[in-house]
Amino acid sequence: MTGTRAESGAPVFIARGLTKIYVMGEVTVHALRGVDFDLSPGELVVLLGPSGSGKSTLLNILGGLDVPTAGTVLYGDHNLTTAGEAALTQYRREHVGFVFQFYNLIPSLTARENVALVTDIVDSPMTPEAALEMVGLSNRLDHFPSQLSGGEQQRVAIARAIAKRPSVLLCDEPTGALDLTTGMVVLDALARVNQDLGTATVVITHNAAVAGMADRVVRLADGVVAGIERNAHRMAVRDLTW
Amino acid sequence: MVTRRPRISALNRKLLRDVWHMKGQAAAVAMVIAAGVTMFIAYFSNFESLQRTRATFYERSQFADVFASLTRAPGRVAEQLADLPGVASVDTRVVTEVTLDLEDMREPASGRLVSLPSAAGVALNQVYVRRGRWVDPARPDEVLVSERFAEAHGFDLGTRITALINGRRRTLTIVGVALSPEYVYAIRAGDLFPDFRRFGVLWMNRPALAAALDMTGGFNDVAVAMTADATEAEVIAGIDRLLEPYGGRGAIPQSLQLSAWMLNSELAQLQTFGIVVPVIFLGVAAFILHISLSRMLTQQRPQVATLKALGYTNGELAGHYITWALIVGTAGASAGIVAGAWAGAGFISLYNAYFRFPSLDYQLSITVAVASLTGSLVVAALGALAAVRRAVLVPPAEAMRPESPRLYRVGVLEGMWRFVRLGAVGRMLLRNLASQPVRAAMSTFGIALAVAVIFVGLAFVNIMETLIDGPLIQAMRQDATITLTSPTEDRAVFDARHLPGVLEVEPLRSVPVRLRAGARSRALALTGLSDAPRFSRVVDSNGRAIGPPLDGLLLSRKLAEVLGVEPGDPVDVELLEGHRTTGREHVGALVDDAIGLNAYIRLDRLDRLVRSGPLVNGMAVTVDAAKYDDLFRAITLTPAVAGIGLRQAAIQNFRDTMAENMNLSIGINVLFAAIIAFGVVYNSARVSLSERSHELASLRVLGFTRGEISFILLGELTVLTALALPAGVIIGYGLGEAIMLAFDNEVYRLSFTASAETVAWSWLTVMAATVLSALLVRRRLDRLDLVAVLKAKE
Repeated sequence: MTGTRAESGAPVFIARGLTKIYVMGEVTVHALRGVDFDLSPGELVVLLGPSGSGKSTLLNILGGLDVPTAGTVLYGDHNLTTAGEAALTQYRREHVGFVFQFYNLIPSLTARENVALVTDIVDSPMTPEAALEMVGLSNRLDHFPSQLSGGEQQRVAIARAIAKRPSVLLCDEPTGALDLTTGMVVLDALARVNQDLGTATVVITHNAAVAGMADRVVRLADGVVAGIERNAHRMAVRDLTW
Repeated sequence: MVTRRPRISALNRKLLRDVWHMKGQAAAVAMVIAAGVTMFIAYFSNFESLQRTRATFYERSQFADVFASLTRAPGRVAEQLADLPGVASVDTRVVTEVTLDLEDMREPASGRLVSLPSAAGVALNQVYVRRGRWVDPARPDEVLVSERFAEAHGFDLGTRITALINGRRRTLTIVGVALSPEYVYAIRAGDLFPDFRRFGVLWMNRPALAAALDMTGGFNDVAVAMTADATEAEVIAGIDRLLEPYGGRGAIPQSLQLSAWMLNSELAQLQTFGIVVPVIFLGVAAFILHISLSRMLTQQRPQVATLKALGYTNGELAGHYITWALIVGTAGASAGIVAGAWAGAGFISLYNAYFRFPSLDYQLSITVAVASLTGSLVVAALGALAAVRRAVLVPPAEAMRPESPRLYRVGVLEGMWRFVRLGAVGRMLLRNLASQPVRAAMSTFGIALAVAVIFVGLAFVNIMETLIDGPLIQAMRQDATITLTSPTEDRAVFDARHLPGVLEVEPLRSVPVRLRAGARSRALALTGLSDAPRFSRVVDSNGRAIGPPLDGLLLSRKLAEVLGVEPGDPVDVELLEGHRTTGREHVGALVDDAIGLNAYIRLDRLDRLVRSGPLVNGMAVTVDAAKYDDLFRAITLTPAVAGIGLRQAAIQNFRDTMAENMNLSIGINVLFAAIIAFGVVYNSARVSLSERSHELASLRVLGFTRGEISFILLGELTVLTALALPAGVIIGYGLGEAIMLAFDNEVYRLSFTASAETVAWSWLTVMAATVLSALLVRRRLDRLDLVAVLKAKE
């Protein structure tokens, strides 16, 4: 549970000079103003920053949900900046696992079926049962989202994200809607997946206490990188305090 | 550890659960599709069954291609006819109109006596004996009677009837009940509607009939079958040339033979109806499918975004939502096919009231079933298309954001109402409507369509009344019409005044003519009218009387179309009897009449045209109601009178036969329209409920009563319905005019009319559907699980 994971091999992402400008009517919002960002295989990065700092925009661009106004993102040898919609869909389908703040489970599907939603469309996934076991929900396979607590729903979402054995796991405020104890269980699940599967993971949070569990902490403020810290030792989730 | 289940993909599971979850709305849409398919199958399978039955009967009975009647020709002319180019075979007959004195009727009935060949199964237009036997050649008094006529009077084999043949009373014995391709639709020439009690066909031995008519060795009617390569016009021209010296009245092709012509027009109507009405229903279904899918999709936006973020392609998602629509479409179509087959099988027996075939079998062809299924699926997919396009446009990044509150503003509507004190609830209602004007307009349009279909369905009652009112009530103001066996000098009018009970007499004359304009021609009866007819009048489809022009012809507008003429254009009038003179007249005026192709002229001009003295062959009379029996007795004893037609009987007959069946199909149309109305309104209310349940539950938590939250939801429905009522009537007029195109043919031309009552009933029906939907939705509102609704915010 301790020690920095060996970061070997070429980075998963190389992002350079990312700029994103939203034009909403007469208002122009500079969400990102020239951000550089790298992610190494197996690394767990926490993106820290207040609301409106550009964290989500960065994550969306990395996840192929959005494209930058300027700058480039390379995922291995894929250039995400020039990819079309179909290519981005293919990219998300094969390589990215998403965990959303509001879980985004399909209410009409059980836990197992929500995971199967992903395992149905990728090559050599885990079984939904195995993915749910990793997040400690073996006893909740056939429950519908409305029958699960918030923490359980988020763990189903994590199982759904990891079941495809993604190269990268992107989590947008995964504990944002949860209380402290439940949040810890969810973060623990994320840390375990990162450790056991070696999935490069980016976690967005505005909670500085979470930073302790990361290999590296990237602080964003007002659309620019305000600082990067490398933790000598990753803390176990149960030791985080806030 | 891992349990393997039958593999249904998770996305398909979601699909099935979504359909189940929205079963109320899905059922409402499926019901409308089912209604459309039911009508399509019922109408179209009947059309096909009738068409197939007709084709089989015409072929097996060797229904002739060309028909001609004449005064008298010697037998050898038959061989000359057979030698004409294009003629394959010839069948000559002796035919005459007779008066029948029946025990079960006060007034005399009319009969058409047709000679039989010596045995069954030879010659053209073979008579099929349904019951009894062929006439015995040795017994001159034996006859076969047409089936519908026998049924109307309850004739049995062995029944004796009295006929006035060529001025002599004869007692005839019925030995068989028969059918003929020539009288599938047995209507007396010149009648507007068939009257099976007052007109029947009798077949008797040729030698006996010929002897009675002084026609031995000759004939006065001929049917011809053409060779495969012959052209109708040439054969007709050849026959006309050959028969001219024998008083030929002009040959007509099969398509203009009275029964075939009526049957054609009936089938064409059925076909158009079978397309137009279901198309309207399916259009409505597509529309409400569109509304409910669009709204479902609005609710599922976050799910769509999530699925996209997870890597589902646009194609997969489009497939997902189209499949939803296809499931509903298939369910609706399947129910419709079953219901349509059932209704169609019931309908077909209605046609037995008019048309007589040896067997009229109902058959639903695979083609029609497949066509309706395919049509429903296409309609469902079309309905889903716009919704699917919106799903494709949802950006996947939306999955990462919470939903932002919908944009509301203080609307114009509310501005207008500012003088009224609106509570918070009232304001929510108005702002809901105003914030989504397109959606409100769509819902209004959906409900308006429901109003429109009911309105159109009910308007047929008005249209039928107009049909009775025009040609039967306004145009026939006489009590009775007396027809004479042959044209008589006009002093017959004075004689008629002396008949018992007759009060006033107006002379009539009609002569068989062929009207020719350029290459186009039509054989019909030209009716002579007095200068300002008081009884027998010409009225247009609005019931307005039109007098014959001072000079020239008065033609049905449809006849003018057939001939390609306009007022002022010349028309050649070829007399098809007597001296066979040809004169030229011009078109004086046109009349928009409702039934048949008619031509009128003033009596004095008719006399001049046909170069005869003042002759009449009919009289419109008014009768002292107490003296009908005396009149009938006198008439049956008067050889010069061919028959008498009573106005009251005609109206009654129309109501009994035509209107009764029409009312049944009107009833069915209205029933299905009501299903649509309920489907649309209920669907609209249910979608609003599922969109709003979160908001409404929140209000309940804040302390609002059930009544107050019901007001928000159902108040909106009420406002939309109120807007839809007048809009629906306007749309209904448009649809009605479109459907009337099916009734713009040579037999019927109806115009769309609707009474205030029709408007009121269509409104009441939709209002009832609204109240029923509101009650059902209100029950759900009352059972709103506050905790669950607030928790299950996706």
